[in-house]
Amino acid sequence: MPEWWTYTLSDFLMYAPRTYWRLVENYNRDFWPLHLPLLAAGLAALWLAHTRAVRAWRPIALGLAGVWAWVGWAFLWQRYATINWAAQYVALAFSVQAVLLAGMTLRPRHTDPQPGPGARGAGALLATAGLVYPLLGLALGRPPGQAEVFGMAPEPTALFTLGLLLLVGQPSTRTGQALLFYIPLLCLLLGAATGWTFLN
Amino acid sequence: MRRRDLLLPLIPAFAPGLVPASALAQSPPQPSILTRPIPSSGEQIPVIGLGSWITFNVGNDTAARTQSAEVMRQFFAAGGKLIDSSPMYGSSQGVIGEALQKLQAQSRVFSAEKVWTSSDGAAQIEASRKFWQVPRFDLLQVHNLLAWEKQLALLQAMKAAGQLRYVGITTSEGRRHSEFEQVMRSQRIDFVQLSYNLLDREAEQRLLPLARERGIAVLVNRPFREGALLRQLQRHPLPGWATEIDCSNWAQVALKFIVSHPAVTCAIPATSNPVHLRENMAASRGRLPDAALRQRMAEHVARL
Repeated sequence: MPEWWTYTLSDFLMYAPRTYWRLVENYNRDFWPLHLPLLAAGLAALWLAHTRAVRAWRPIALGLAGVWAWVGWAFLWQRYATINWAAQYVALAFSVQAVLLAGMTLRPRHTDPQPGPGARGAGALLATAGLVYPLLGLALGRPPGQAEVFGMAPEPTALFTLGLLLLVGQPSTRTGQALLFYIPLLCLLLGAATGWTFLN
Repeated sequence: MRRRDLLLPLIPAFAPGLVPASALAQSPPQPSILTRPIPSSGEQIPVIGLGSWITFNVGNDTAARTQSAEVMRQFFAAGGKLIDSSPMYGSSQGVIGEALQKLQAQSRVFSAEKVWTSSDGAAQIEASRKFWQVPRFDLLQVHNLLAWEKQLALLQAMKAAGQLRYVGITTSEGRRHSEFEQVMRSQRIDFVQLSYNLLDREAEQRLLPLARERGIAVLVNRPFREGALLRQLQRHPLPGWATEIDCSNWAQVALKFIVSHPAVTCAIPATSNPVHLRENMAASRGRLPDAALRQRMAEHVARL
């Protein structure tokens, strides 16, 4: 990109914040009350991860794979990409994450050590943050209809996923972590950059 | 004699080519819309057009698409012609095309599009044309000089084949001005599009004089710095001299500053708000500032 240093985050924002929030609102309206079973499934996964840790890995990973595939298709590809052409690439990344999560369940298990208390604490915190993420929007004055909910919107889904991965200590290898952590982290980075641009 | 009557004769002297669209018509009820000629053809276009960056990128939101169509309806009703878009602008092209169809305005619009790819420009242009639902574009511009050697050759060939009326290049926010100038000097183009406003005046140094010298029409983007300039100005009272140029708000002041530059053909503010559209379009009527007042305007705004 020529003269890249002259670009700011706002130069990449190609839609008005109100357009984005109306898109979220319409999406929530179209799929309501799907949010409720998704949140319930999230709570159940959190409880399972908290109580059974490593042994809960397989059903949790499969569930998360489904959620990533859903958010990538229903939100990013079908909707967000209509106002942000770059979202189609993020949707592709979400589908890759779904495949990786599903693929990791094929690994042999029962040989991995339990995660340490630090990782479990941080994981529980992040996963809880992913579930209560809609409260952030309410605190910022946005109406409930524009809530970003786990299993429906990218950022709470990424937060929750990172949290659960830490909580169950999976993947235990550096390569596995690199594969499964990067896309959620990238998603959160993009979300934070967009939010920052909205606020400024 | 009113100040208005005193100022009007000065306009052609300061801005040659600036002609009221209905100058030959009999006493219109309101000031005639101001137009400028495209130097390469002499065709007149109104000095205020309509941009679509961000504002028309509303996706499949039915209510927002309806509002965009209303903005376009009022734009045409106020005498507007030129609408500008780009493949980079998300759903804007489709929103414009849908509104043109709804308003049956395909024959009234001056369609200004862009090619923005380093690969198959012809395929992208055809996709854009289908979004617009027009038989051909009036103007195609190489967006931000991307692959300009390749795409400009394509546009020139399309023009020669009668598939296009005008060819241009664009830049924004003051980027790549030296390369832009080089293209203006070395290529036969009809239009350039660049950023110019009360605060961003770098174009006055070289590009605007060069456009006059080379007979190139100038479209001006970011007249309000994506609204930031107006948000800043609206914290201050409108100066007394605003009434001397028939401005009742800061948007009109900002636009009249731009279109009164003798090299400028058309400014393309973008809005999704019909009220703002009407305010913007009012800047295409009435008196324009002369060189002395333009200087005062720039100095005044720089101090705020």
